Amino acid sequence: MTDYFTVFGLPRKLAVDVAALQRRFYELSREHHPDFHHGADAARQAEVLASSALVNRAYRALRDPLARVEYLIALEEGREVREGATEKPRAPRGLLEEMLEVQETLAEAKAEGLGGEAAGRLRDERARLEARHAAEADAIVARAPDWDRLVDEGGDRKALLQWLKERLATRAYLRTVIDDLTDALGEREESHASHRRH
Amino acid sequence: MPRIVGIDLGTTNSLVAYVEGGIPRVIPDAEGRTLLPSIVAWTPNGVVVGEAARRQLARNAARTVYSVKRLMGRGYEDVKDELARLPFAVTPQAEVVSIRIGDREVTPPEVSAHVLRALKQRAEAHFGEPVEQAVITVPAYFNDAQRQATKDAGRIAGLEVLRIVNEPTAASLAYGLQKMAQGVIAVYDLGGGTFDISILRVKDGVFEVLATNGNTHLGGDDFDRAMVDWLLADIQVRHGIDLSGDPEAMQELRLGAEAAKCRLSFDDRTVLTIPFERFAYHRDITRADLEAMVEPLVAATLGPCRQALADAGLGAAQVDEVVLVGGSTRMPLVQRRVTELFGRPAHSRLNPDEVVALGAAVQAQILAGGITDMLLLDVTPLSLGIETLGGIVSVLIPRNTTIPTLAKEYFTTSVDGQTAVDLHVLQGERELAKDNRSLARFDLAGVDPMPAGMPKIEVTFLIDANGILQAQARELRTGKAASIEVKPTYGLTETQVEQMVEDSYTYAEDDVNARLLIETRTEADTVINHVERALRQAGGIVAPEERERIEAALAVLRTVREGTDRDQIRERTIELNQATAPLAERMMEAAIKDAVTSKRADWLLERS
Repeated sequence: MTDYFTVFGLPRKLAVDVAALQRRFYELSREHHPDFHHGADAARQAEVLASSALVNRAYRALRDPLARVEYLIALEEGREVREGATEKPRAPRGLLEEMLEVQETLAEAKAEGLGGEAAGRLRDERARLEARHAAEADAIVARAPDWDRLVDEGGDRKALLQWLKERLATRAYLRTVIDDLTDALGEREESHASHRRH
Repeated sequence: MPRIVGIDLGTTNSLVAYVEGGIPRVIPDAEGRTLLPSIVAWTPNGVVVGEAARRQLARNAARTVYSVKRLMGRGYEDVKDELARLPFAVTPQAEVVSIRIGDREVTPPEVSAHVLRALKQRAEAHFGEPVEQAVITVPAYFNDAQRQATKDAGRIAGLEVLRIVNEPTAASLAYGLQKMAQGVIAVYDLGGGTFDISILRVKDGVFEVLATNGNTHLGGDDFDRAMVDWLLADIQVRHGIDLSGDPEAMQELRLGAEAAKCRLSFDDRTVLTIPFERFAYHRDITRADLEAMVEPLVAATLGPCRQALADAGLGAAQVDEVVLVGGSTRMPLVQRRVTELFGRPAHSRLNPDEVVALGAAVQAQILAGGITDMLLLDVTPLSLGIETLGGIVSVLIPRNTTIPTLAKEYFTTSVDGQTAVDLHVLQGERELAKDNRSLARFDLAGVDPMPAGMPKIEVTFLIDANGILQAQARELRTGKAASIEVKPTYGLTETQVEQMVEDSYTYAEDDVNARLLIETRTEADTVINHVERALRQAGGIVAPEERERIEAALAVLRTVREGTDRDQIRERTIELNQATAPLAERMMEAAIKDAVTSKRADWLLERS
């Protein structure tokens, strides 16, 4: 399958002009959207259906800086990617100890029956983790220019790729812990919401 | 250019529209009416639709079906709570609810097909040639099964449904054609039975939906119900009568409540008078009364609005324009709440009853190739996933993804020599499969026998521009296409739909004249019925000569009604109506006086 950068005629780099991307998205949509091929034969209709689906998916992956990094890593590794996977990520090594502590706090709070004080502690903990979750995103996006420089200079990208991957895993893991806390507090309304909020 | 019409298949009313000379217009019927009540009645004369069916609601309650949109694509479990409130009988079966009319069963798509056929005929009468293709609108928050059921209804009615369009998006197209607005638009659509909120970005003729949310079971019907409950309690207190077990009285109460609700959008207070058989009911209702009854329902629309904004990544302040669609947005309370939420006045410059049909006509024109500078990019309202081990949902396509879209997923076998794999596809936002909407079970068959884990079956889930799922499968090692048998959880199978299409050719009153004759006869029967009842109840207030005159007109109508001369039947019906009008007026006055006097007596008793 054509990769998303190619769909938009872009180099495999992380700096993307989002306004230009949107303009191109509208142009490509006008070319490929099934609405404009209604009179065509069945084969052609199937073709534009597939190509407009590809354009839509590509735009979704590239318009958001973080989703872009996720897609790039998958692409570099030759993996099939899809959004919203629910496999629980494993805790990255550096995070294990800290997460054990969070689990302990959670267990204690549960033992206390999640009363006012215990619930308050969980909410504080969650706020701290939310802040870390946001900080991870900033840290990942901040390295985007490094990647592009390596591409331009032909440098070795492996180390940076590995670093980005770890940060993403950390972030994903933080999200599941935050969701667990929200669940424990009985405050979760829609469980998948988090997969879409980058 | 092919002639494609746009149809708004509403809970309460339906319309058909078409773009002529670059302007979308609603097509009226012979009497100039644009709204067709979405009501179908089975009468001894045949099936009637629209106004004629509406007049059957009270006297033929068990065989008159209304608000069927709420049952489209639903199973018995989904709707059983509200069945107690419906006067027609619904057969308890899990997959597709089915309505019992005498000795036959009809499904919601078949009922809707009658409404669609009436609109099709209306359009054909207007153009003087057959109309075979249509765009039909659905609530944006409709799931796959509800969309499919709507498409099936079109097919049964003899229409090729070229596109299913979301109602709020259609409305934005109608507005877009008026004046190319640029920026972020929120469309708040509260209709007879459903609620949608859509956030769009409009730029250079592209209408890009950013997010949508809603509730397919919240609308004007629920407001009416709240009011009926309030009135029932009031009647219990003041008259000591419980009407809830009387389907005919309940329909009269519902119709009275609906009319009073509409009046209260323009007046601060209104009087509801219903002359029931046993007593006359007379009640002052203020707008404040009504608002207290429906406040929780209106509040329930605000959560989806906030969620849609969050999903679009926008704050209320970033919305440039708020558009109101649907008859229920005429209610001042709704307008106040929406204005508060978005912090800016909401408007409905185009008629909120017609704007969706007009937008459907615009989309029809785009498909016909008549409009090339507008493009609609819509989204899927609900996440699509498959059930994995432990009953957990793995999301393949998140909600608010632009459609068409696709996702590929790979499966293998767990037993040596296994040749088939089972998949369970779901729609919804919850983590556990059982909490989501089951769409279908897929049977991947024809896998070559191989050791366990060897086959690699690629399944492509594609959501088309209608928001409807298509699936394809192939085994990658052999490159062989695997067959997918789709068993829809809720909905009709292909064979059932084909059977219904066939039946509709056999039973349908495809001839407009036959249909009109049935309607005219049914109308005559309604009037005959009313007059007979009035004469029975009139007692002393009808003079002998007057009674004689009425009975003569009655006899004439009874005779011509048996014939096939439509104009004769219509004229005699009007004559009978006129002959009875003064009597009806005197009876209404007497009823009101009666109610007021008994109220005064209550009041005196309370005071003493």
